[in-house]
Amino acid sequence: MSTVPPLTDFVSTKIAPAKKQPVGLIETKNLSLFYGLKQVLQSVCLPIEAGKITAIVGPSGCGKTSLISTLNRLTDLIPDCRISGRVLFEGSDIHAPEVDVIQLRRRIGMIFQNPAPFPFSIKKNICFPLREHGIKDRKEQTERLETVLRDVGLWDEVKDRLTQNALTLSGGQQQRLCIARALALKPQVLLMDEPCAALDPLSSAVVEDLIAALKEHYTIVIVTHNLAQAKRISDATAFFWSQNGMGRLIEQGGTKQVFEAPQNALTAAYISGVRG
Amino acid sequence: MNRLAPAKNEGFAGFVLWSVAAFIVAVFAWLMADILIHGAAQISWDFLSTAPEKAGRRGGILPILVSTLLIMGVCLLAALPIALGTAILLAEFTPEKSAFGRMVRRALDVLAGVPSIVFGLFGNAFFSVYLGLGFSILSGGLTLACMILPLLIRTLEAGLRANPARDRLAAAALGLSYGASLRHILLPGAAPALLAGLLLGGGRAIAETAALVYTSGYVDRMPGSLLDSGRALSVHIFDLSMNVPGGDQNAYASALVLIVLLFIVNVTTAGIVSRWRKTGLAI
Ligand SMILES: Nc1ncnc2c1ncn2[C@@H]1O[C@H](COP(=O)(O)OP(=O)(O)OP(=O)(O)O)[C@@H](O)[C@H]1O
Ligand SMILES: [Mg+2]
Repeated sequence: MSTVPPLTDFVSTKIAPAKKQPVGLIETKNLSLFYGLKQVLQSVCLPIEAGKITAIVGPSGCGKTSLISTLNRLTDLIPDCRISGRVLFEGSDIHAPEVDVIQLRRRIGMIFQNPAPFPFSIKKNICFPLREHGIKDRKEQTERLETVLRDVGLWDEVKDRLTQNALTLSGGQQQRLCIARALALKPQVLLMDEPCAALDPLSSAVVEDLIAALKEHYTIVIVTHNLAQAKRISDATAFFWSQNGMGRLIEQGGTKQVFEAPQNALTAAYISGVRG
Repeated sequence: MNRLAPAKNEGFAGFVLWSVAAFIVAVFAWLMADILIHGAAQISWDFLSTAPEKAGRRGGILPILVSTLLIMGVCLLAALPIALGTAILLAEFTPEKSAFGRMVRRALDVLAGVPSIVFGLFGNAFFSVYLGLGFSILSGGLTLACMILPLLIRTLEAGLRANPARDRLAAAALGLSYGASLRHILLPGAAPALLAGLLLGGGRAIAETAALVYTSGYVDRMPGSLLDSGRALSVHIFDLSMNVPGGDQNAYASALVLIVLLFIVNVTTAGIVSRWRKTGLAI
């Protein structure tokens, strides 16, 4: 598709000149992804601005989950998943052999569609990853525990039951715990795959407000089926569509522009709810 | 009422089901009662703390208890790490449908069904003769380990595979190393399976006779080391009831001890594994 604007148009001039590679900047360059012989993403060139919320929208099966899973190399875990092209994080290729994938994933956190707390206590859910990342100091652990639980608005709800199994929390609480768990590692980027999809409208609103509040400190990529949500919280929007079973980036740009003056007919149709 | 049971046509089928269940319970109760009635009278501190006399007709079973526990100890110490390693290899690093995986699994399933006497002969040929361990607690324990390995591996593998994929992804996404998620998430998740495997395997091992006759032998003296021959409880019971006229009383008493031992093994394994599930494996 020719409507994809060149990279330089998108990288905001506010950030670009001062620091060459702002913290948390991600770019994919001609990224294609295959599961076995089946190609699900074709030549995606998507810059993701630092310190902004980028929404990824598009119909089911167009490869949104696959795309964000490449950004923290979670696709490494999927047998016979292969990618070509490059993913640059702060200017360097995350697939380069010298990259420490553990450090990469510490800096790029991920939230899944279904809340995935580990089957042990609330406290251990947050402290155990900290310990594994070398933060052994108990005091620091408890400080971070409280800070992140406050950040996600969970502290008052769980402060008396920190030793209880995290699976006893409600779905919305579990999702916020997962966000807290990711925040505790002090990442620069948060990848969120439909974080509100499994939640009721009230919890969904709570999580959405939380995401909007997190924007100040993190680069956020959020996959969502909820166009209204994308419109409300995101700064930039990327629209994907699958053609011949292959996901392609159709259009991307500032959220306002994509929603109000889409360049591509597909985008316009999808956004006005005619298709998808 | 069980809501899943069909309401109609329950008459005959229900009768058959209930009679089968009642029959099984009755046989079990009869067995326990028989052992209790004949065995309980002999049980005393003396019985547990003295050596057998007159081929076991008189005296106690202390050396036999010690040998039994040593054989079990050797068996579990040898079997557990191998089972863990193999199960992890099979469940985590071998695609389910790969030729290698299928071959290993098939072989294990065949081995699990091999009669224990075959393991006894193998253990005798390999541990006792080839490795020169002779009739000893060590070769008995190792033979039992071989015998329960297939079962342990298969149950553990199934337990590991049953871990939800989302836990693995969530762990990886937090930058946890594979070892960390294995120790804290995947293995505790497989704990119920490990428990089941240990109970089945441990139960089979502690009650084993045929495999031990050829490997740890008959000697009913107190073992001085793992290289001494030692008589296991089940071998003792077998010997008393088959070869020693007038040994029935002590055979019953030994059987009662064996059953209590099985019970203790069950309860402690359940306890350990449930603790482990709560806290994660601290290595
Ligand atoms: N592990 C896998 N192996 C093979 N094919 C896969 C795998 N995961 C996803 N796919 C296929 O890749 C395509 C894209 O899947 P993906 O999950 O990325 O879509 P999505 O845009 O996130 O969809 P949804 O909005 O429903 O979550 C789909 O056709 C899917 O069937
Ligand atoms: Mg998806």
